[in-house]
Amino acid sequence: MSDLALPTPNPGPAAGVGDAASAPRQRRRSLPFGVALAAGWIVLMLVVAFGADWLRPYGITALDLRARLLPPVGFGGSIHHLLGTDELGRDVLSRLIVSIRISLLIAFCATLIAAVLGTTLGFLAAHFRGLIEQAVLMLIDFQASMPFLILALAVLAFFGNSLTLFVCLMGLYGWERHARIARGLAIAANAQGYAAAVRQLGASPLRVYLRHVLPNIASTLIVSATLSFPEIVLLESGLSFLGLGVQPPMTSLGNMVGYGREYLTRAPWILLAPSTTVVLTTLAVSMLGDWLRDRLDPTLG
Amino acid sequence: MSGGGLLELDRVARIYTARRSLFGAADPVRAVDCVSLSVPASRTLGIVGESGCGKSTLGRIALGLERPDAGSVTFDGALMPKLGTPAWRRLRARMQLVFQDPLGALDPRLPIATQVAEPLDIHRIGTRADRADRVADLLRAVGLRPDQGTRYPHELSGGQRQRAVLARALATDPALLVADEPISALDVSIQAQVVNMLADLQAARGIAMLFISHDLKVVRQVSHHVAVMYLGRIMEQGDPDAIFRDPIHPYTQALVSAVPVAGPRRRPRIVLSGEPPNPARRPSGCPFHPRCPVAVSDCQVIVPELQTMPDGRQVACLRAAISPSAARIAA
Repeated sequence: MSDLALPTPNPGPAAGVGDAASAPRQRRRSLPFGVALAAGWIVLMLVVAFGADWLRPYGITALDLRARLLPPVGFGGSIHHLLGTDELGRDVLSRLIVSIRISLLIAFCATLIAAVLGTTLGFLAAHFRGLIEQAVLMLIDFQASMPFLILALAVLAFFGNSLTLFVCLMGLYGWERHARIARGLAIAANAQGYAAAVRQLGASPLRVYLRHVLPNIASTLIVSATLSFPEIVLLESGLSFLGLGVQPPMTSLGNMVGYGREYLTRAPWILLAPSTTVVLTTLAVSMLGDWLRDRLDPTLG
Repeated sequence: MSGGGLLELDRVARIYTARRSLFGAADPVRAVDCVSLSVPASRTLGIVGESGCGKSTLGRIALGLERPDAGSVTFDGALMPKLGTPAWRRLRARMQLVFQDPLGALDPRLPIATQVAEPLDIHRIGTRADRADRVADLLRAVGLRPDQGTRYPHELSGGQRQRAVLARALATDPALLVADEPISALDVSIQAQVVNMLADLQAARGIAMLFISHDLKVVRQVSHHVAVMYLGRIMEQGDPDAIFRDPIHPYTQALVSAVPVAGPRRRPRIVLSGEPPNPARRPSGCPFHPRCPVAVSDCQVIVPELQTMPDGRQVACLRAAISPSAARIAA
C-alpha cells in the first residue's frame, strides 16, 4: 500500500541513499529568504555605520534655511535632499546615517557588555555557589527591582554625560537576565555528564566553562542577547528623547525621533525615517539570532 | 589485602546528609561505611551490589572526586590530593573514569576526535601533530575508524559512544581505570563487545581497574578479585570463581542465586524477604540482618568485621566466623 503512495518508483537503493544524505545537507547550507533579507539589512546598517563619514551627503549641522521642512523625493521634495529636511533645513538622510552609526555603536557595545558581564557573573555564581552565589543573586534582584530609567537618570545627572559613560550605563541594562540564564544553565550543565566528565579529565574550571559549558548554552544566550539588543536601542532612544542620552549637536535615532515629534503632523518624514530604521534593525537582529541559534546546534538537522 | 596496591582505600566512609522535610533534622546517610580495598597494578577489582549500596560513591572516592568523611585514599604510595587542586588535576592523567551513560559524558557540540584529544590537550602531552596520530591510534584501539572522529556524539550508536569515552579515558595512558557500570546502558549484544574490549585493553596496557557493576556474570568474567557490597559495607571479598561458585555470606548466596541460568537450576533460588535497604535507616548490628534467613540475635547487636576464611577470602558474617557452613542458607 505504501508503494502506491510514492509518486515515482524508487530508482534503486544506492540513489535513494544518496538523495537522503544530500537533502538535509542542502537544507542546512541554503539561507532562508527572510534570514537572508535580515542579514542583508544588518550588513547594510554596518556599512552605513562604518562609512558614515563618506556616505552622508551633508554635515549633520549644515543648515539650509531656504529648504526647511522639505518632503522626501517623490513627495514633492528635491533631489538634493533625498529624505527631505527638518525644521532647520538639515538633511534628514545625513542625520539618519550618522544616527545609525551612533545608535548601533551604543546598542552593540552595550549588548556585548551586558552579555559578557552577565555571563561571567552567572558562571561565577554557578561555580562557587555559597556566598558568592548569594551575592550575585542579590545583585540580580537589586537590578531587576530597580527601574532602570531611574538608575540611568541618577547616574547621568550626577556624573554628567559622555558617550563612554552612556555606553557603559546601557551595558548595565539587561545583564541580570544573562546572569540568571547563564547561572541556571551552568548549574544544569555541571550536573550533566559532560561537564563532570571534562572536570574529571583534569580540566581547569576556565576550560570547562569556556570550552564546554559556554558553547552548549550559547544558543540560549544569543537569543537572550538578540532580545535585549532591540530593548537597548529603544532605551537609548527613550533616554535621548528625554534629553539625557546623546546630546545635540550629536544625533542618534532616538534623538531624531524625539525632536521630530513636534513636527509629526507637518513633517512626518523627520520621525518616520529613524523609526523605520529602528524597527527594521531590531527585527533583523531578532530573526538572525533565531536562525543562528538553530545553526549553532549540531543536533538540529 | 593491605600494602603494595596501586590504589589503597583504608577504612573510608562517606556520609551524606539528607533533609526529608523543610525544617526536619538532617538524616545522616552512610553511603559508604568503613571500606578497605586494595587494587594492585594491572589487576581488576570487581565491585558488585544492588543499586544504592554505595558502589558508585566508592568509585568516586577512589578517584578523589569525593572526599571521604573518614579513612584515607592512597594512590601509588601518596595520599589523594584535595579535589580541584593543581596536584589533583595533574593526577587525572593517571586515573580515569568510564561512565555509565556515554551520551551524557560526551560534549554534544564537539566532534569525537576533539574530545578524545582533550586529555592530551589538558595535560599538555605531545605536540599538536603527535596528538592527531595518537587520537587515530586510540580510536583504532577501541575499534572505531579514525574517520569517525569527525562525527558528533549523537551521530554514533551507543556502543560506539562508549568506545569513544573509553578512547578518551585511555588517552593519557592511565594506571587506573574506574569503570562505573560501563555497560549497563548498552544493548546486550554490545555489552559483550565492550566487556571483551575492556578486558583486552586492560591486559594489553597493564591498567589497574575498578570495575563496578551489578551484573555478576560480567564481574566474574573481567575481575581478578571481587568485593560484594551491601549498604555501604563489604560483605564478602575474594577470588571471583570461589565467591560465585560457593558463596559464604548469606547475601552473596542470595545474589548469586538470583543470576539467571540456562537449563535447570542446580541450586534453589533464594528470595530475600523484607524491604530493599535504605541507607538512611541503617539497621543496628549487621546491616543485612533484617533480611537474613540465618540471622541470630547477636546479628542485631554486633557489626561483623571481615574475617579471613581458610581459603583466603574475607567474609563479614558472625555465623560464618564460627564456621562457613553455619552461614549456609538451608533451602
